Amino acid sequence: MSRKSFRQALNEAMRQEMERDPSVILLGEDIAGGMGAKGKQDAWGDVLGASKGLLPKFGRERIYDTPISESAFIGAAAGAAINGLRPVAQLMFVDFVGVCGDQIINQIAKFRYMFGGKATTPLVIRTLFGAGTRAASQHSQCLYPVFAHIPGLKVVIPSSPYEAKGLMIQSIQDDDPVIFFEHKAMYDDTEEVPDEPYTIPLGKAKIVREGGDVTIVAIGRMVQFANKAAEALQKNGIACTVIDPRTVSPFDFDTVLKSVRQTGRLVVVDEASPRCNIATDIAAQAAQQAFGALRAPIRMVTPPHTPVPFAPELEDLYIPSVAKIEAAATEAVRYAA
Amino acid sequence: MQLSREALTVAYTQMRTIREFEERVHKEFATGKIPGFVHLYAGEETSAVGVCMHLNGVDYITSTHRGHGHCIGKGCDVDGMMKEIFGRQGGLCKGKGGSMHIADVGKGMLGANGIVGGGPPLACGAALAAKQRKTNGIAVAFFGDGAFNQGTTLEAMNFASVYQLPVFFVLEDNGYAESTSSDWSIGGHNPVLRARGFGIPGDRVDGHDFFAVYRAANEAIGRIRAGEGPQFLHIEFTRYYGHFEGDAMTYRPPGEVAEERNFLDCLAFFRARVTSGGLLDGAQLDGIDRDTVSRIDAAVAAAKAAPPPAAEELTTDVYKNY
Repeated sequence: MSRKSFRQALNEAMRQEMERDPSVILLGEDIAGGMGAKGKQDAWGDVLGASKGLLPKFGRERIYDTPISESAFIGAAAGAAINGLRPVAQLMFVDFVGVCGDQIINQIAKFRYMFGGKATTPLVIRTLFGAGTRAASQHSQCLYPVFAHIPGLKVVIPSSPYEAKGLMIQSIQDDDPVIFFEHKAMYDDTEEVPDEPYTIPLGKAKIVREGGDVTIVAIGRMVQFANKAAEALQKNGIACTVIDPRTVSPFDFDTVLKSVRQTGRLVVVDEASPRCNIATDIAAQAAQQAFGALRAPIRMVTPPHTPVPFAPELEDLYIPSVAKIEAAATEAVRYAA
Repeated sequence: MQLSREALTVAYTQMRTIREFEERVHKEFATGKIPGFVHLYAGEETSAVGVCMHLNGVDYITSTHRGHGHCIGKGCDVDGMMKEIFGRQGGLCKGKGGSMHIADVGKGMLGANGIVGGGPPLACGAALAAKQRKTNGIAVAFFGDGAFNQGTTLEAMNFASVYQLPVFFVLEDNGYAESTSSDWSIGGHNPVLRARGFGIPGDRVDGHDFFAVYRAANEAIGRIRAGEGPQFLHIEFTRYYGHFEGDAMTYRPPGEVAEERNFLDCLAFFRARVTSGGLLDGAQLDGIDRDTVSRIDAAVAAAKAAPPPAAEELTTDVYKNY
């Protein structure tokens, strides 16, 4: 056990799985860096350095730096996955799914069903997402609702370094295609992470803290924000349960609904655009299955229905804030019909 | 082909403006004043200027993540550009796009692009519109060696070929797609041959030589305007900075950039050529250099003094009507 960053946790997960299982390979743009160039190899270790150091250890036989051809290498990863390998492909930023959407949406997600259960696609697509780095409209989206919408894909969103390592190892060992979302603003976050390999099951939410007044479900980086809000609310006498779903497909509705039945109030925090996102999905489930328990309208804390702006002042307004979560939870608790 | 003194002056001023703009953005970025991702065009000035000097108000360009040079080449206002890059009011995109999405549609500059290979299909559409509306306009798709391996680019080349669209495909090969060498990543190692495979004639030029680029662009654009369909140009040079600002460039051999700057710099080459040929004198060029520094100084000062976008701007411009 030692303090590790989100980046180091991912690195360790990939390294340990590559050591354990020779069928694990990595593909992606600049995942080592310097391919064909005359300077240093392993120059980048992917754009944010999560796979750095793996090239010297495992070599070009298992680490494929690719041309900028997302359709080709994501599709190739899938083709390799149904033929005996366990590829971990990096789609550098999830926004780039616009380039290779067919391979993921129409091919990878459908193999098993279309082929009558005769194909198994053990593939992980790692991808960076999220606002907060001034990367503007084409490098900041939270497209996980798009993937959660597609039957056949699993969608994993770790909320901390500990979560990242355990969920990554599980995702690599999983026999279904997993889209693994890494929030780029969390890469330097640190916490205690075990040195040995461990797994966190997909589809099992984590109750991060328990309180009887209101249930806050938050996704990815928003779990940290929800925790901060819960700490502040505690001082005002409002006790929050904070739930981290860990995976949005499958989704652990049981844990969320059980908590909602206890608190009677639900706040959902989602960094994705507000229409047809995970927050609306959770709210719909709660309304259908826990209507009788609800003591206040369900509140959603999301960005506005706009692309992600560039100017820092606008982007800071765009991202759901701790203050907005506090306000939503307070409104829910103070609601009187 | 002999350029007039006026044309030479324009060429030098434009290239110097791009260089000064980029060197200054590099410095300002290092102080933390510029948010986000910035990709600099220094070292590649011959392409934007050598191509765009043949364009006019009815023509379009699509650009890349490395788009500042294309903006300047197509006549975008440097004050508005600088404000955009700083994320301020008065920016070309109201501070909403930033360096990676800088655009001025009114000037025919259809945008830098955060998606590698995002531009070439758009250029086909702009060309299609120009052809259908009989404006005599053409479209230039500037793209990098990385984008040359994207399906979007290859599909766009085929599309332009089958419809014989007035598109000029300009491959700006600066040697590296992010950290990956273009010598490795372009299968077949012969971009001109690849273009010919689509039925698109093309040429390769040394991008350090403005005159070579200018001449090749002139010929290609002349053929496009004469109705001969899409054309291709492979321009080879290097970038002076990293893929993005902050990239340590360890994948490049030590001294590579210094060597380029010292022995192959396009501005130094241009200066030597025009002064030795008696076309322009050194004092004139020095004057342009000084004016350019003042102009960029003023743009930076204005950008720093400009207020950030108002909070209401967050939710405007998503739709025309909603």
